[in-house]
Amino acid sequence: MSTVTLAGSSVEVDAEGFLLDAGQWNEQIAQEIARANGIEELTDRHWQVVNFMRNSYLESGSAPSVRSLGKTSGVPIKELYELFPKGPAKLAAKVGGIPKPRGCI
Amino acid sequence: MASRIVILGGGTGGTLVANRLQRLYGGSASITVIDRDDTHVYQPGLLFVPFGLAQPGEIVRSRRAQLRDGIDFRLAEVESVATEENTVHLAGGADVEYDVLVVASGAELQPQETEGLQGSEWGRSIHTFYSLDGAIALREALDGFRAGRLVVNVIDMPIKCPVAPLEFCFLADWQLRERGLRDDVELTFVTPLDAAFTKPVAAGALGSLLAEKGIRVESEFATGRVDAAGRRLHSWDERAISFELLVTIPAHGGAAYVARSPGLGDALGWVQADRHTLQAKVAKNIFAIGDATDVPTSKAGSVTHFEGEIVVENIERLLAGEELTGSYDGHANCFIETGFHKALLIDFNYDVEPMPGRFPVPHVGPLPLLAESRLNHLAKLAFQPLYWHMLLPGHDIPGVGSRLHSAARPLSTTGSEALP
Repeated sequence: MSTVTLAGSSVEVDAEGFLLDAGQWNEQIAQEIARANGIEELTDRHWQVVNFMRNSYLESGSAPSVRSLGKTSGVPIKELYELFPKGPAKLAAKVGGIPKPRGCI
Repeated sequence: MASRIVILGGGTGGTLVANRLQRLYGGSASITVIDRDDTHVYQPGLLFVPFGLAQPGEIVRSRRAQLRDGIDFRLAEVESVATEENTVHLAGGADVEYDVLVVASGAELQPQETEGLQGSEWGRSIHTFYSLDGAIALREALDGFRAGRLVVNVIDMPIKCPVAPLEFCFLADWQLRERGLRDDVELTFVTPLDAAFTKPVAAGALGSLLAEKGIRVESEFATGRVDAAGRRLHSWDERAISFELLVTIPAHGGAAYVARSPGLGDALGWVQADRHTLQAKVAKNIFAIGDATDVPTSKAGSVTHFEGEIVVENIERLLAGEELTGSYDGHANCFIETGFHKALLIDFNYDVEPMPGRFPVPHVGPLPLLAESRLNHLAKLAFQPLYWHMLLPGHDIPGVGSRLHSAARPLSTTGSEALP
């Protein structure tokens, strides 16, 4: 765990850079995490996924996996990988300021 | 009137909960187990079938025969659960009413979720050992396999027993060496995860074992489709991996009826349950156990075993009108077969990573955690009789408690601590 400064705010992150407290998140922080992870600009489609992830987490306490994102977010899996290269669920969670998805255990 | 407890699924969780409840209530509750077939497979044994280390007949028994006298066993397909009416609808139109429902119907393999997987090569160059028929067919395929690329591939998480694909790699490496073919085979493990295992410390230990054995790892490979004719796996981000023989672990989901029952499951059919009390979120009188749940721990027999005690305790309290106190901590432990008559053992829960140390197991002695040893291997093979004669009947197994053992100590959160 460490404290870093993102978009001017001081936030706590885990060893992989996931926010530990979803309450410390804001949209500027999301932009900065996205840029640091190779996404130049968060488009509406990115936001659709990020908001969906974040809301699911805030409602249920866990974030959906890629396969359930593909079924429920309105964005097909193929496009999820274009928007968030390598690991869409992981990266969208990181951008959305929620913990690393624990579905994969 | 006697309480009506209905249990959907006669596998590990359903059977041990039914037996514990029957012992607890005798005739004062009516206990019904519903399953679509009467074939109970000792699933840890499936790993050994392709290598001829277990015979199919040795790992299969009757479901009904594992249930205590007085438990009603019904063969039927479940259509859906009407949670507001406390009723299970069976295929064919019959209804079963309950006071308490336990969903214990496990996980289903969903190869149909992956484009091309079940095409012309399914059962020829594409196999799985996650079903009994699959494991038997794979034995024949392995016997005939002498050279080329053997790819072991996890399509998506979660899967049952997340270490089993690694164990398969270790055992395949061992068998190929024994047959003198190892130099002619390129063995690759393909995973959607960013490392060999989900928990960082164990992933480190397992990763170095893979490297030692010359097993290549392709990580962060999320399989999008399979080109059966070209014998290639394609990831969603357009990477490709060729194979001569593919051993795949298909995507998993919950039982189909869960998805047909409003509010019961999530998008993949896992029952949404409280991770401590195991009570379903949709209704107070529904509990879920084992692979069927969405709780964030491994889908494994040890988990189901530990959850069983909690579910029974909470059902007893619910029926007595008391507050639920049974609280599951996410405890899981797994023996990991590493080949050459060796295995290692890992032990963890919701909050504590797999840790080095020793874990007490009756009749076998302390086992070194997270280190290969001969004793661990014996323990894995020795577990099957305990499964049929102690775990399923619902007896306590001395030394194997539902809570993570107190001697276990958490690692520093950096995950960089040296392993023994």
